[in-house]
Amino acid sequence: MSEVVQPASLALAVSRPKTSPFDWRRAVPLLLAAPLLIYMLVFYALPVVAMLLRSVNDPTWTLSHYATLLDDVVFQKTFWITINTSVTVTLGCLILGYPVAMGLVRAKSMAPFILVVILLPFWTSVLVRSYAWMVLLGRHGLVNEALLALGMIDRPIRILNTPLATQIAMIHILLPYMILPIANALRQIDPSLIRAASGLGSTPFMTFRQVILPLSMSGVAAGTLLTFVLALGFYITPAMVGGPRDITLSMLIAQQVDQLNWAYAATLSAVLLATALAILAVARKLPGVGNAFRTSMR
Amino acid sequence: MTGMGTNGAGSGPVSGRGASVTLSNLEKTYDRANAAKAVDGVSLDIRSGEFLTMLGPSGSGKTTTLMMIAGFETPTAGDIAIDGKSVVAMPPYRRNIGMVFQNYALFPHLTVEENVGFPLKQRGVPKAERAKLVAEALELVHLPGYGARYPRQLSGGQQQRVAVARAVVFRPRLLLMDEPLGALDKQLRENLQLEMRRLHADLGITFIYVTHDQEEALTMSDRIAVMNDGKVAQVGSPEDLYDRPDNRFVAGFIGESNFLPAVVRGMEDNIVIAECEGALIRALCPGRPASGEKVTLTTRPERLRFADGVWAGTPPQNRLSVTVTEAVFAGERCRYMLQAGDGTSIVLKEPSSATIRRRAVGERAEIAWSVADTILV
Repeated sequence: MSEVVQPASLALAVSRPKTSPFDWRRAVPLLLAAPLLIYMLVFYALPVVAMLLRSVNDPTWTLSHYATLLDDVVFQKTFWITINTSVTVTLGCLILGYPVAMGLVRAKSMAPFILVVILLPFWTSVLVRSYAWMVLLGRHGLVNEALLALGMIDRPIRILNTPLATQIAMIHILLPYMILPIANALRQIDPSLIRAASGLGSTPFMTFRQVILPLSMSGVAAGTLLTFVLALGFYITPAMVGGPRDITLSMLIAQQVDQLNWAYAATLSAVLLATALAILAVARKLPGVGNAFRTSMR
Repeated sequence: MTGMGTNGAGSGPVSGRGASVTLSNLEKTYDRANAAKAVDGVSLDIRSGEFLTMLGPSGSGKTTTLMMIAGFETPTAGDIAIDGKSVVAMPPYRRNIGMVFQNYALFPHLTVEENVGFPLKQRGVPKAERAKLVAEALELVHLPGYGARYPRQLSGGQQQRVAVARAVVFRPRLLLMDEPLGALDKQLRENLQLEMRRLHADLGITFIYVTHDQEEALTMSDRIAVMNDGKVAQVGSPEDLYDRPDNRFVAGFIGESNFLPAVVRGMEDNIVIAECEGALIRALCPGRPASGEKVTLTTRPERLRFADGVWAGTPPQNRLSVTVTEAVFAGERCRYMLQAGDGTSIVLKEPSSATIRRRAVGERAEIAWSVADTILV
């Protein structure tokens, strides 16, 4: 966030010579953000800290909750399913989303229409969309009926309440998070570079490989990270359309809360949070991705 | 080098190192409702090894014409032939043409070396040979040792040189340049103009250069095609265009011109005699205008003199009485605004000298200039 605030405050500081030791102008951005910061502190940061404390202070100071995770088979299976689902969903979003982003950027008069099609599901609640997928993927849903009518299957197949259903629904819900950063990066590519490549003897495919793809990597990195981290914490969709035995971390946490098993739920939450933060930290160190953060924020 | 990859455009009747380009009735209309023709019947023969500049104001169709030669725009009608072979149906990447863009269009994610090597890589030139050719090209533009840098680490002038190196490294027979010096400051622009000329002489290939800067066009080109409203207004050497403009647009666009309204009174060989402000003025005229026809004569401000000055040879024939309305001393020369009898404004530029008397505002004077410097447009 500091990247967003800094340039503005710098510009203010540069444009006026400093007269007093404390420059009130510098404080303006901070003051403007203060109401939200206080709100976030009280209703977000404090509960998170309380939750983290609970994982090491229940009933007394102890790391035993973490230690038990090491040979907790349920946790390990859940963790693996969560990572596996997130990776699959992210890859699915990338493969389906990149061409759409290219289409969105290339389309001239159609662009607003494509954008609405991308964003329409975005404005619908996750709950509604998950219900919609239950209807579509059910035993007598549209997908099964269509496959039966086409004669590709003899009797309805089980799609709902399988990992596949979770993946299909999550890809659908997360696609805009992949498409928009990629489209943003593609839009920033100077069209004369593509002309130059063509003029210098590069076929359309070679131009894509050597110019468009490398220059859009910042968007790919941003979209991938965003999608992956959001997928890690998905709860409603896997709970509604996923299999009863394919439990993700967030489902396990909800289950433990229901059973008032607060310390275990807090420990799992801490692990989920740490995983997301670790991925972000590693990604920032990768060459090119750190720049992607800065460019996508500008 | 000739066997290098996609050499589609280079296989016609070939003469010399440069390609010849023939534009025949080239037209371009953008498919907008009632849009005017961006390019409207351009026919042009560009000779092998020539430095041809397309000069014109913005919207004159010069860049659109260049983009059609490069293959980035498709003509609505007409034909483009390179070395006698039509290229209209050929995609840009098969035309084998070098191109320098106004904003350089260097690939920001590639080093200078990779940028210059880009066209070679597309043509499948092996790595070792690529490195050698890239080094040669960087040498040619005076940037040896800059290979490992990224474009953003270079100044505008250096980026422009890299763009030129990249455009010629694969030895194209034709180089297109779209206002390549437009973004640079005056000093640098003048240096690079000379370098472009040297490069043209060294490479011996055909250059087609687009600019709106008449001084640049006059300095660099073998021939200039002046464009206006999607048409070629005149093609000729810089001297031709400056001394013998075909029409009012060319006379006004290249250099400064005085326009004198006149009425034709007679002809002597190819010299027209016309009455202007009560005086008879003689002018060069290729056609045969009818007596009594209303015409415009044009002459350059620096070719006019005050008639009472000192003359090296025979005093010139054309004379006109004027009143000085404005006198500006501009260092190397004096610039006078004059008014003839009924209000026609005339500009006169006189080299400054301590021995020449400066005229005062309101002073009456007679100006004189030679018939050879007067054109009917």
